[in-house]
Amino acid sequence: MANPKPEELARIEYNPPKTGWMDTPTVFKPGIFPYGCKPKSLETVSFPNPRSWSVKDEDWKLPENWQEIFIEGLRERVNKYRSFRLFLDICVRCGACADKCHFYIGGGDPKNMPVLRAELLRSVYRKYCTTSGKIMGKIAGARELTIDVLKEIWYYAYQCTECRRCSLFCPYGIDTAEITILARELLNLLGLNIDWIAGPVANCWLTGNHLGLQPHTIIDSFDMFINDLETATGIRVSPTFNRKGAEILLVVPSGDLFADPGTYTTMGELLLFHELGLDYTWSTFASEGGDFGFFTSNEMAKRLHNKIYEEAKRLKVKWIMGGECGHMWRVWHQYHNTWFGPVDFLEEPVSPITGTKFENTKSNKTVHICEFTADLIKHGKLNLDPSRNDNLIVTYHDSCNTSRGMGFFEEPRYIINSVCKNFYEMPPNTIREQTFCCGSGSGLNASENMENRLRGGLPRANAVKHVKEKYGVNMLACICAIDRAALVTAVDYWVPGVGVTGVHELVANALVMKGEKKRTKDLRGEPLPGMEGE
Amino acid sequence: MGLLFSFFTVIALIVIVFIGVNGANLHYLFGVLIPYATFLAFIIGIVYKVVQWGRIPVPFRIPTTAGQEESFPWVKQNKIDNPSTSLGVIIRMAFEVLLFRSLFRNTKAELREGPKLSYGSTKWLWLGGLAFHWTFLIILIRHFRLFLEPVPVPIKILESLDGFFQVGAPVLYLTDLIFLGAVTFLFLRRVIIPQMRYISLAADYFPLFLIFAIGFTGVLMRYFLKTDVVGIKQMTLGLITFKPVFPEGIGIIFYIHLFLVSALFVYFPMSKLMHMAGVFLSPTRNLANNNRAAMHVNPWNYPVKVHTYEEYEDDFREKMKSVGIPVEKE
Repeated sequence: MANPKPEELARIEYNPPKTGWMDTPTVFKPGIFPYGCKPKSLETVSFPNPRSWSVKDEDWKLPENWQEIFIEGLRERVNKYRSFRLFLDICVRCGACADKCHFYIGGGDPKNMPVLRAELLRSVYRKYCTTSGKIMGKIAGARELTIDVLKEIWYYAYQCTECRRCSLFCPYGIDTAEITILARELLNLLGLNIDWIAGPVANCWLTGNHLGLQPHTIIDSFDMFINDLETATGIRVSPTFNRKGAEILLVVPSGDLFADPGTYTTMGELLLFHELGLDYTWSTFASEGGDFGFFTSNEMAKRLHNKIYEEAKRLKVKWIMGGECGHMWRVWHQYHNTWFGPVDFLEEPVSPITGTKFENTKSNKTVHICEFTADLIKHGKLNLDPSRNDNLIVTYHDSCNTSRGMGFFEEPRYIINSVCKNFYEMPPNTIREQTFCCGSGSGLNASENMENRLRGGLPRANAVKHVKEKYGVNMLACICAIDRAALVTAVDYWVPGVGVTGVHELVANALVMKGEKKRTKDLRGEPLPGMEGE
Repeated sequence: MGLLFSFFTVIALIVIVFIGVNGANLHYLFGVLIPYATFLAFIIGIVYKVVQWGRIPVPFRIPTTAGQEESFPWVKQNKIDNPSTSLGVIIRMAFEVLLFRSLFRNTKAELREGPKLSYGSTKWLWLGGLAFHWTFLIILIRHFRLFLEPVPVPIKILESLDGFFQVGAPVLYLTDLIFLGAVTFLFLRRVIIPQMRYISLAADYFPLFLIFAIGFTGVLMRYFLKTDVVGIKQMTLGLITFKPVFPEGIGIIFYIHLFLVSALFVYFPMSKLMHMAGVFLSPTRNLANNNRAAMHVNPWNYPVKVHTYEEYEDDFREKMKSVGIPVEKE
C-alpha cells in the first residue's frame, strides 16, 4: 500500500470527535497497526495461546476465559508494581502530557494522548480493582472489559513506543511506558503479541539475536566487513569470537551486523579496537544487546537477557561493553543489575588504555561504548583528523531510552565534536531529555504500520528539517540501532537528502591509524572530502 | 455528562444540609457527627491508601532522567534532574512538590503550514496549579485560628501578610481572591480546550465544583453575610476539645461550608486527589539514578527458564566448527 504524500499526511486534525471517548468505537485503520504474531513464534518460547489469527478478523481466537485471565493478570500486577498501581490511581488528567507524544502530534488521534491511552486501561482497572468503580460504573470512569475494549487496548498498546517523553512533563512522573509495558504483558497472556516483536523474540531465544543470524552467518558478515575495511584503510582487522580469557566482552545490537547504515557502525568499532589493540571478543551466542523480550513481558526480557551474563561468565571476561543502542541501554542500565546482580564474577571496569575507572558502573560492570571512546579522546589516546568528516554537516538525535532512562547526553556529543567540525543542535525542545522518538521504537518497526511510523517520526524529522534548512545539515548521528533503521525511512520521507549514521562510524572516518594507506574513501566507500578525484 | 452530574451532586449536597439543618433541625448531625465521622474517614482513608501503595514493591529503579547522569569528573552532572544520591533526590522531590518543576517544563506543540512544528513554552497550567495549591494551603493554615486559642503568632503574621492591602472590612485576603480565580481557571480550561473537555471525567469536575463551593461559601460568610465569627470559634473550639456547643446566631451558611468540607474529607482518599500523597511515592521521581553503581533489589525476582549456551552449542556445533569458532564439546 502506497503511503500518502507528506503534504497529505501533515494535514492533521487535532479536534476530538463529538462523542465521548468511551462511546466512540475504535476503528482499526490499515497502515496504523502491525500484524499479529505467528503461532510458531509463541510456541518457540512456550507462550500461551499459539494459533493462526489476524488482527483484521472479527474472531481473535482467544481462550474461553480470556476476560478472567486478563483481569486476574491485572490484579496480580497492580500488586507487584507500585509504579503501575500509583499511575493508575493518581492521574488528575491535567493534560500536560497530551501534546508531548509524537504519535499524537503526528496523527491527532485523541486516544494517542498519553493520558487517554492510559485511561483505556485505567477504566478497566477502576471497574475490577476499585470500590468506586465497581459501584458507580461509568460515572466513576469505569467500564467493562468487553472484546471491543480489549481490542482497543491492543490497538493503542502497539501505538506507544515507550519513549517516556510524557513522563518527563507529568507533575507526578506518571510514565505511560510502564502502563504500555504492563498492558502488553497482559495481552501476551492471551497470545496477542505482534509479529514484529514475537518473531525477533523467538529468533533471539534460538540464535541469540533478533535477526536469527546463526554463528556461521555472523562470521560471513564480519568477513565482508573485514574486506571492506581493508579496501578503505589497507589494514586487515582480525576480530575474535567466543574467545575465552578476553578482557572485555563486546555486545552490540544485531541490527548493526546486518543492515546499512548500522553495519558501518560495527565496522567503525572494529577499526577503533584494532587500532587500540584492545583485548576483547565478540560472541555469536550473546550476539544481541537489544531485548525485544522487554516489549513482551518482564519475564521474557529476563529470559533473553540471560545470555549476556552467562556468556561473560563462560568466557571469563573482566567486564562487558555495550554498543550503540537505545532500549538496550534502558534494559542494561535500569533492569539487568536487578535481574542478575550481584555480578560478582566480573571486575569493576577499568579502561585498559587510559586506566580510567568507570565509577558509575562499578556494580553491574557494563560500559557504554561512547563512555569508553569519550574517555579515550579526553586522554588524547586517538589520533583524529576531523577534516575527513568535513563533507558532513552533522546534527545529533538523542535516543529516548538513553536520554530519559539514563541521562546520556554529553559523552556522545563530546565524541562527535572531536571527530567532525560541523555540528549543529536541533531546537532545544526536541533534544536531550525532551528528545522525540524516531516513531518506530519498542518493536513497532514493521512495514505494515508504516503510516503510523511516519506520523510518529514527524516531530523528529521536522526538527531535522529545521537544521537542514538553517545550517545545511546532511547527516543525522544517533546511538541507536532502531534509529539507524527507522530514521532512514522517516527522514527520507519528510526531509530527503539527510543521511543517518552511528557515532562510531564518524569516529572511524576520522581515526588516523598506524600503518594505514592513504585514505581516500570513507567506510561507505564514498570519497573523503578533497579526494573526489582519487 | 460528567460535568452536569458533578454540578448537580454539589447542588444536592447543599440542598441536603439546608433541609437537614433549617428544616429538620439536625444541628448535632451536621455540626458534630458528620464532621467527626468524615474527618476520621479522611485520616483512615489516606493512611489506608498510602499503606496499600507502600506495601507494593518497587521492582525496578526507573527514574525519568531529565539531565546529564553522573559520569566522568569532567562531565557536568545535572544533580537535580538526574540525581545519583539521596540528597539529590530530596532536592528533586522538593522542587517537584513545592514548585511543580515538571509542569514548569510544559510546552505547547503547534503545527503550521510547511509542515512546521514548534513547541513554545507555556506556563499557564503551571501558574494556575501553583496558585491554586499554595493559596489552598495558606487558607487552610489560616483556618487554624479557629481551632487554637490564643492564636499563635505565625498564624497572625500570615493573616496580616495575606491582608496586606487593607482593603475592605473585614480585610480582604488576597489568597481568597487568587484561590477562587485559580479554581475558575482550572475549570474553564477543562471546558474550553476541546482536548481537555474530551479527557475530563466526572472525577475531574466534581472536586473542582466542590472546592469552589467550599471557597465560595467561605467568602460569603466572611465578606458578605458577616457570620458571627465569635460564635463559630466557640463551636470549632468545642469540636476539637470534644465538648460540642451550638451558640445562637450561626447561620445555615456555616453548616453548608462545613458539610461541603466533610464531603471533601470522604471523597479525598478514594479519588485522584490522592496525588497529594502519591507524588511522594512516584518511582520515576523519588529514586536516584545510580542503577549501574548500586544494585536495586526486586523482592519478587525469580529464576526464569533460559536457553543455555550448552543448548545453543548443541544446535550449532558443526556450523560453529566450520567457521573456526571455539566450542566446549568437540
